[in-house]
Amino acid sequence: MSLALLLPLPLVLPFVIAVFAFLFRRGPEGRWISVVGSALSLIAGIALLIHVLANGPVATQMGDWAAPFGITLVADTLSAVMVVITGITGLAVAVYAVSDITPAQEELGFHALFQTLLAGVTGAFLTGDLFNLYVWFEVMLIASFGLLVLGGTKVQMDAGIKYVTLNLISTILFLSGIGLLYGTTGTLNMADLHYAVQDADPGLLTVIATMFLVGFGVKAAVFPLFFWLPAAYHTPSFAVSAVFAGLLTKVGVYAMMRMFTLVFTQDVAFTHTLLLWIAVATMVTGVLGAAAQTDFRRILSFHIVSQIGYMVLGLALAFQSAFALMGAIFYLVHHIIVKANLFLVAGVANRISGGNELSKIGGLYKGAPLLGFLFLIPAFSLAGFPPLSGFWAKYVLVKASLDLQLWWVAFFALAVGLMTIYSMTKIWGSAFWKPHPEGTVPALGDLPGDDRRALIVPIAGLAVLTIIIGLFPEEFIAVAARAAEELLDPSAYLTAVLGEVPTE
Amino acid sequence: MELFVPIMVGAMIAAAVYLMLARNVLRFLFGLILISNAANLTIFAAGGLTPEAPPLIASGAAAPPEGVANALPQALVLTAIVIGFGLFAFALVLVYRGYQNLGTLDSDEMRLAEPEEPK
Repeated sequence: MSLALLLPLPLVLPFVIAVFAFLFRRGPEGRWISVVGSALSLIAGIALLIHVLANGPVATQMGDWAAPFGITLVADTLSAVMVVITGITGLAVAVYAVSDITPAQEELGFHALFQTLLAGVTGAFLTGDLFNLYVWFEVMLIASFGLLVLGGTKVQMDAGIKYVTLNLISTILFLSGIGLLYGTTGTLNMADLHYAVQDADPGLLTVIATMFLVGFGVKAAVFPLFFWLPAAYHTPSFAVSAVFAGLLTKVGVYAMMRMFTLVFTQDVAFTHTLLLWIAVATMVTGVLGAAAQTDFRRILSFHIVSQIGYMVLGLALAFQSAFALMGAIFYLVHHIIVKANLFLVAGVANRISGGNELSKIGGLYKGAPLLGFLFLIPAFSLAGFPPLSGFWAKYVLVKASLDLQLWWVAFFALAVGLMTIYSMTKIWGSAFWKPHPEGTVPALGDLPGDDRRALIVPIAGLAVLTIIIGLFPEEFIAVAARAAEELLDPSAYLTAVLGEVPTE
Repeated sequence: MELFVPIMVGAMIAAAVYLMLARNVLRFLFGLILISNAANLTIFAAGGLTPEAPPLIASGAAAPPEGVANALPQALVLTAIVIGFGLFAFALVLVYRGYQNLGTLDSDEMRLAEPEEPK
């Protein structure tokens, strides 16, 4: 397949599907269009990844306007991996939505918004142009706004106002940063920026870098900018919060990774030390916040914050140890799968036991042992039990910080892992172990057969993926290591976008 | 001009931050609109401000003459204005719907999603 088709395809597909899903939103066809379409997007993503793994970073210029003047789509290993993982999450959630999303919500355009969200996320991963990244952020944001308040309950309105306003501020900061960066360097193509910033005033660049850090920091929900996340993620339907939890914050992390390895490397001692402090503070506040919660999804929401800290930690140490950056990328992939899965489990728990407030539910282990088992896999993986994917992710990051003799960072990374187990056992102890306060025994058999299959298949699929990553990590580590190498030595990326540039 | 616009941007951001510190969500939203326009002006100023020098390329030449403003940021600003318009229209409707549903515009009273701990 030609490159001009391979790169835009994962991006174009969701938009086409969105249109058809919207046209058929009144019947059952809409949801199946969404499921089949998500599978097609995943295949397109896998084709791209295979191509990138075989040939190195690839780029194509939209409308044949040569870089740096036109808009570039570019995929290196990190981008391609993220596109595939977006496809996997999209497919899992689309299948889950068959049962979780009510016909009323479908008629309001759930599937169209959902596919648009996936398009925005994919676009953010594939673009090689900073202003285009802003546009993809907006596509993603407006779709997420719609999904968050779909249904329009009071709680959703309350959460929506906080989510929308705080995200808009981050967007505006990001936009101002783009303006100032363009004023300083005269280009917005990320590869071209890599060269252009070398002639710019480093002090001014650091100011701009900090604006980007705050802008992306809000999206990624790092300390102290994360308050919108636990205020909002527990209010929409479970399919929506699963896709949010899996993908949205990771786009912020990805954007940080890209910008702080490719462009903002002028003052690593300042920016990346700042990132290190942010990372540790994020890990600790997130996990402490989770300890104070008693709602299934709110505990999980705070854990998103805490886990983001680990990824930022890997980025912060990137220029001292490529191993750490590799860990961050591995963590990113592992966390998307595990977190989306936990929210899907929360949805089933809510369906059969009638709530998410831990004091009001129970008996799930007795009535639905399969669900208990499927909860334990991602929960233990999140906490970092061997041999699940989370163990390797944490192991790499802790080892990297020990190698750099950052004892306190390693201590916090391990302590936060321990606290994660505390939260997971709290959920286990209340939702699964203790009897239901009303004396009923919730069982999966209470659900109609079709619903049961649509809900359990994606959960089991993601759980299997977690186990595969955990048992056979070499392949995944190798891909993550390659992605980290490409970030730290972007020459192949630069050549793919700009062609051969004469070296000085 | 080059001095005047940054001062204006500063004043707009100051006013916007003042508005956004209010508990009233509607005032917050007005602050947000103001600060987004300040961001747009920042981009506009980043392209250079040169009165009476249109960035036109003479026929046969490959680049415009020296001393004209860069036209690209103006295109970027247009895009940003359009996107911002859509987002704020949505935010305004959301706040109005929130007011209808929750009966308040005071962000301190919006505690449905995050209820206070029972004492």
